[in-house]
Amino acid sequence: MYNEKVVEHFRQPHNMGKMSEPSAVGRVGNMLCGDVMWFYIRVEPDAGGREIISDVSWETFGCTAAIATSSMMSDLAKGKTLDEAIAITNRDVADKLGGLPAVKMHCSALAADALNEAIHDYLTKQARPIPQALAVRHERIQKEMASLEERYKAFLSKDPKAQQGEAPACS
Amino acid sequence: MIPMPERVYLDHSATTPVARPVLDAMMPYFDARFGNASSLHEFGREARRAVDESRQSLASALGASPDEVVFTSGATEADNLAILGTALRRTQGGHLITSQIEHDAVLRSMEALRPMGFEVTIVGVDEFGRVNPEEVRAALRPDTFLVSIMAGNNEVGTLEPIGEIGRLCRERGVLFHTDAVQALGKVDLPMDSVDLLSASAHKMHGPKGVGLLYVRRGIRLAPLAHGGGHERGVRSGTENVSGIVGFAAALDLALRERAEVTSRMRRLRDRLIREVLKIPATRLNGHQVDSLPHVTNFSFAGIEGESLVMKLDEQGIATSTGSACSSPNLEPSHVLVALCVPLSMAHGSLRVSTGRGTSDAEIDRLLEALPRAVAELREMSPFKVGE
Repeated sequence: MYNEKVVEHFRQPHNMGKMSEPSAVGRVGNMLCGDVMWFYIRVEPDAGGREIISDVSWETFGCTAAIATSSMMSDLAKGKTLDEAIAITNRDVADKLGGLPAVKMHCSALAADALNEAIHDYLTKQARPIPQALAVRHERIQKEMASLEERYKAFLSKDPKAQQGEAPACS
Repeated sequence: MIPMPERVYLDHSATTPVARPVLDAMMPYFDARFGNASSLHEFGREARRAVDESRQSLASALGASPDEVVFTSGATEADNLAILGTALRRTQGGHLITSQIEHDAVLRSMEALRPMGFEVTIVGVDEFGRVNPEEVRAALRPDTFLVSIMAGNNEVGTLEPIGEIGRLCRERGVLFHTDAVQALGKVDLPMDSVDLLSASAHKMHGPKGVGLLYVRRGIRLAPLAHGGGHERGVRSGTENVSGIVGFAAALDLALRERAEVTSRMRRLRDRLIREVLKIPATRLNGHQVDSLPHVTNFSFAGIEGESLVMKLDEQGIATSTGSACSSPNLEPSHVLVALCVPLSMAHGSLRVSTGRGTSDAEIDRLLEALPRAVAELREMSPFKVGE
């Protein structure tokens, strides 16, 4: 099911764990679908004075692919400027991993979302303008999370529909 | 290169290795006795004898007559034949009852009938996964024609009160079907109360690709596969002679070894439960006592089951998260959801299933690797146990 690169990142994940005093955090995913990712970033000026993501770490609840994409995304984002990091797509993550099974592509999307949210959190905390692309994705992510949360609550309250498995179609 | 330790297979609910005596019984039917059982010549007649003898042997093991056994490609087909075969003989719709924890072969066969005007009631289960016979009774309607409740659950191992359910169906003139894939050869089955029963060879150290449907005499089914009229017209298609011979040999072996194998399985299961529950924030899914001897299901808070299966696979230990068929599905197991296992735990399930050859040493290997694998994954998870 998984290629060697994915398994390698799963077995020896990079940048795994909680960060103490991060500049910002992005939290995405929902228990209903069985994938939750928290991304921590530290933003600092580099030697040339450019603001870069000097450190990234993550905590992930999820399948093999979720853990491997967390690891790969953290590698890709580390040392990048904010603009460069925003430009990393889920495709990039999946490609760098040598491909993911179709049913697991959502995991790479989740990693891209988690980084997006961490950067959004950072700019918000700094009271800085939010780039258009980032703002649009933030809105989409928040909307998806809200709807998942609602389905999660319906599920927990044993709404017969949610129980029948009709509602939760995890993206 | 680091030598890989010997692999440990603890996923017998998915499939089992073909036992040596079963393989030996099958081998001649691939080449020396390759005939088509429908042919007139001696090649055909020897194949027919093998099919007849196997049918006789399987039937007597079931306490049935040979004409009550229909061979199929496996239990999925047998489940489909039981459900669609009874439904499609009806001139107008009708009502069927099943439970939330059935195999997809049962649930989806019933779903397929809905657009044709049939109605389906899906009864729930208690926290151990047991169907309450009174709930089945309450769901019966004048137009109910079939109730299907499995004998033992493939994910959590819970045994269902099929004797009681079958009896109350009989009282009301409703047919009762049971999927006995995991139970046959391991526990006693109340055949007196059963009208239709599905079984599969590859779950009992027989070959893949062969199953059977027991059909109580007098019950007529609409065929799903039309053709040469094999299996009394219910299931056309050239008989899988080697497979059928293997199925009979497998059930024969299972019954001969049953006392010894199942008591070992129960002992291993008890030990597994005792030791695994020492890992913090862990639960047993299913019933501790009222269970198949070979299936045990646990949940570990804060981690996801597929990752755990991968971690154990790294150590050469094969387990699963639940039903192998649903592994790519993102949603938690419908069985664990039906048992009201909290979602935080339903995603973190692990099924351990033993076979006739499973040893204490193999369980030792799992017990050694498991706590470390769980700890490593919890380390990665945002949900810290005990926080």
